[in-house]
Amino acid sequence: MVEVKPSLNTLSLEGVSCNGCVNKIRKLLQVSDPEAEISVDLDSKIAQINSLLSTEQIISCIEELEYQAYPVLPTVQQFQVEGIKCNGCLNKIRKALGELDPEVEVEADFEAKTLTVTSLLRLPQLIEEVSALGYGIELLFQPEQGQSGNSLLETSSSLASLQVEKKLQPATNSAQSEASDSVAVSARESVTDEQQVHLSLEGMTCASCVKSVEDALSSVMGVVRVDVNFGSRSALIAGDVSAQALIQAAEDAGYGASEVLDHEQAEQQKEANEAAEYKSKIINTVIGLGLGVPLMITSLLHDMSVSSSGERALWGLVGLLTLAVLLTAGRHFYIGAWKSFTHHNANMDTLIATGTGAAWLYSMVVVIAPEILPETARGLYFEAAAMIIGLINLGQAMELKARGRTSQAIKRLLDLRTKTAHVFRNGEFVQLPIDQVQQDDLIQVRPGEQIPVDGEVTEGRSTLDESMLTGEPMPVKKTVGDEVSAGTLNRSGALTFKATRIGKATVLAQIIEMVRKAQNSKPPISRLADQISSVFVPVVLLIAVSTSLIWYNFGPEPQIVYMLVTATTVLIIACPCALGLATPISTMIGVGKAAEHGILIRNGEALQKASRLTHVVVDKTGTLTAGQPEVTDAQFYGALGEQRTLALVHALESRSEHPLGEALVAYAKSDVTDLNLSNFQSLSGMGLQAVVEGQDILIGNPRFMAQESIDIEPSKDLAAGWEQQARTVVYMAIDGQLSALFGIADPLKPDALAAIQRLQHDGVKVLMLTGDNRATAAAVAQATGIDDFRAELMPEDKLAEIRRLQALGEIVGMAGDGINDAPALSQADVGFAIGSGTDVAIESADITLMRGSLHGIADAIELSRATLKNIKQNLWGAFAYNSLGIPIAAGLLFPVTGLLLNPVIAGVAMSLSSVTVVSNANRLRFFQPSRNETVEIKREVQS
Amino acid sequence: MITLLVNVSGVLLMAAIVWWFWLYRPGRAVQPDAVGTVQITVANGVYSPDRISVPVNHPTTLRFMRKDSSACSATVIFEELGISAELPLGEAKEVVITPATPGHYSFSCPMQMYRGSLEVKDE
Repeated sequence: MVEVKPSLNTLSLEGVSCNGCVNKIRKLLQVSDPEAEISVDLDSKIAQINSLLSTEQIISCIEELEYQAYPVLPTVQQFQVEGIKCNGCLNKIRKALGELDPEVEVEADFEAKTLTVTSLLRLPQLIEEVSALGYGIELLFQPEQGQSGNSLLETSSSLASLQVEKKLQPATNSAQSEASDSVAVSARESVTDEQQVHLSLEGMTCASCVKSVEDALSSVMGVVRVDVNFGSRSALIAGDVSAQALIQAAEDAGYGASEVLDHEQAEQQKEANEAAEYKSKIINTVIGLGLGVPLMITSLLHDMSVSSSGERALWGLVGLLTLAVLLTAGRHFYIGAWKSFTHHNANMDTLIATGTGAAWLYSMVVVIAPEILPETARGLYFEAAAMIIGLINLGQAMELKARGRTSQAIKRLLDLRTKTAHVFRNGEFVQLPIDQVQQDDLIQVRPGEQIPVDGEVTEGRSTLDESMLTGEPMPVKKTVGDEVSAGTLNRSGALTFKATRIGKATVLAQIIEMVRKAQNSKPPISRLADQISSVFVPVVLLIAVSTSLIWYNFGPEPQIVYMLVTATTVLIIACPCALGLATPISTMIGVGKAAEHGILIRNGEALQKASRLTHVVVDKTGTLTAGQPEVTDAQFYGALGEQRTLALVHALESRSEHPLGEALVAYAKSDVTDLNLSNFQSLSGMGLQAVVEGQDILIGNPRFMAQESIDIEPSKDLAAGWEQQARTVVYMAIDGQLSALFGIADPLKPDALAAIQRLQHDGVKVLMLTGDNRATAAAVAQATGIDDFRAELMPEDKLAEIRRLQALGEIVGMAGDGINDAPALSQADVGFAIGSGTDVAIESADITLMRGSLHGIADAIELSRATLKNIKQNLWGAFAYNSLGIPIAAGLLFPVTGLLLNPVIAGVAMSLSSVTVVSNANRLRFFQPSRNETVEIKREVQS
Repeated sequence: MITLLVNVSGVLLMAAIVWWFWLYRPGRAVQPDAVGTVQITVANGVYSPDRISVPVNHPTTLRFMRKDSSACSATVIFEELGISAELPLGEAKEVVITPATPGHYSFSCPMQMYRGSLEVKDE
């Protein structure tokens, strides 16, 4: 039996953007060839694949995943190079490039100073490498591109030769294909069990490092396969092995390594990091207070004097202990302060480091050379330094704990993602990791399971709990043809669906992305605080220095002690943290809370504007009404006959996207015949027009009929009667004669009245704008309690109406379905896109309401008001704290009351101030919209 | 004499603070490398480099590497560009910017303690 050897294929990839893509390719290749190895340089998108598969097979595998792959052939590129003089230079370049591409050929013409490189490397990479060696380099010409037609021709010939080789070994091939089939099955099964660790490596400078890293990693127990990629400085390790052991092995070999994690792992890692951070802060607290508290008690009970040499030695020892505390528990403050200082920047670390440093230095002077200070000034402040370090660490630990709770909303959303899915492959449903699910895959979900990706139901019926995405508590029925969304819960029956959106395209992924983004954005209210924060620390430093000068010149004896105490207290009490935290932390909680209620707020600005809305403009169809109109009445005129007329209606309206058009299509459905249609026109705000088999057909509103001089007088009474009952009346004319009249009713949403009342209760005026006729609009307005409406509007009239209100100084919100009302939505200060279920364009508006209910607007307004109120409380608190705390620390009260703050008290105050801000922000987590009460009131009224 | 000395040194110290933190203008800002990437380390309260100069209308990749575990450093915000990104600890995170208007932009952590500036220049 002839052994088939794996061959190395170099391919250029398109569409591959991350290691996830590479993993997908790897897994697919390994289904056919478990030994296949792939490494991709994500910068150059060049893949090296070592496999038994032919180049053609590999390419078709990659294309199956919807990426493009082309064989790469060496390109010849010629450069003008400055500074290249001799063979030494040439060798240097050859060596550098050889590390990236072992097959590289480099030729030089020293007189013409040109360099000819034949390699697989891409142009920017080449230029980067050569210029990194200190040569000036410029491209002269590039005769052949790796992906040019020319090289593709060569590729196909090389493919042909590969195929010839294959034909020569038919026996082996069939034997092998059987073998690979069985391997394929086991590989598929093992995919979910096999663990992979992805490491990012540091310190790899040349291709020879690859070998040493590989050896180091392979030697770890449990490692099955190691794949080190020099280009991306990463390693993929398969086997039952811990990342920690691998990192250790890499570090022992002299390289830096850290684990690269996917989203979920990243989240876990983040939590682990936070836990570790918390622990270290607590340890630091214990160290700081462990020395500080006993010292403080001693100083309260005994007079700390340094008169005898024995006392001096003892205090010297305490001083050294304090130094040890400062350098362990307070280490990060000092490093941070120094690094910032060298960058001409100052932050909270600067304040803490200077404050505690000054206290310690002064005390050491007292211990070492007390004689240079007046007798009364020989006080020791070691306890203050140690206590402050301990307390601030404690404050930061508390802050960390409180902050951890703020990201609960996003955590809850992340938890909605599933890891695996039952995917139909090769005749059966198999459990696969979620990243292997592809578009159009058939997926099965059993009762109690979460939907893994977005899709369309192809089999079965069930009810789904969509509350996690939409905030709508009522389960939703799903049957064939309905859309399902990732993250929702299948409650009753088994469903099979076709995947339509996977990965980042799912509604859930988009929600997560949007919430994340919005949580990190800032409402404009934070601008002043930001401006203050950015100059805060240097200003405090200036205040501290001027404070000591004032005490020096005008203070009582011993001035030097007062100088030290006041300056230190000013430095310690000042808290830029509270100021800096005030807005972001509340925004984060507010936006997250909104997401829990199915309200997606685009950014901080939308949040702030929503809190100030004075008017909400609503569209009628689809916003106040269910948006699923039905034809309830019809009247036909003329000799054409009902059947023929309906066929014409169907022919025209089936091309319309208007909700009323859909109702007409549904009504005319049974009488369809194929008709030849020409000159079709859809006139916005008017209706439709077309020529069908020589007949001029018009369907639209009275305005359209009037414009086309159609006499609608005969239908006047009938139409008026229908309109009184909130029907929308649609007219149809054939060859200039009125031929039919349709009454279309769109039922009101059941909670429209309650929601409008809530908005009015919240002090927001509600205005309805509709293209529909006046009578219908009036009927709807009356039923929903809206006191102001404009009817028979064109889309541009809606825009003008919003502009008019804005010109009056009103802050206007507009609610619409996001598609038909796009201009008005963007003109409004806050555009609310109302979706029904998860079928909504998330990116289309300032605020997206996942639930169809208008209550979402009131919820959003109430929540944004609560958030803004919270932010204001925080900002006010932080401003007040600093503007009171700093003068008191500077000794402003001393002349009046003789009161001077102890630096330790300042440390407590400073720690508490940021904890207070975070805790206050956390109160937002308990926000409840007022809806429940309203509904209850309504129920009481009804009963 | 000592009084004068103390007062003068105090005033000088204040002048030094003003100069060092506000008036000092460091030399050249760091520019992207040949492939349009700038590596930024986030550690010990600073972005290094913290002054970056990028060409207008050109995608530039800012590769942030966070080595500081403090909660504040975990997010970087480019307020004027409407970008905010979470920076995982010990892992590179790329932020691609394509500023369309020349000028000075700032980037910072949510609390403004980490601060950097971005100069967008006409080519």
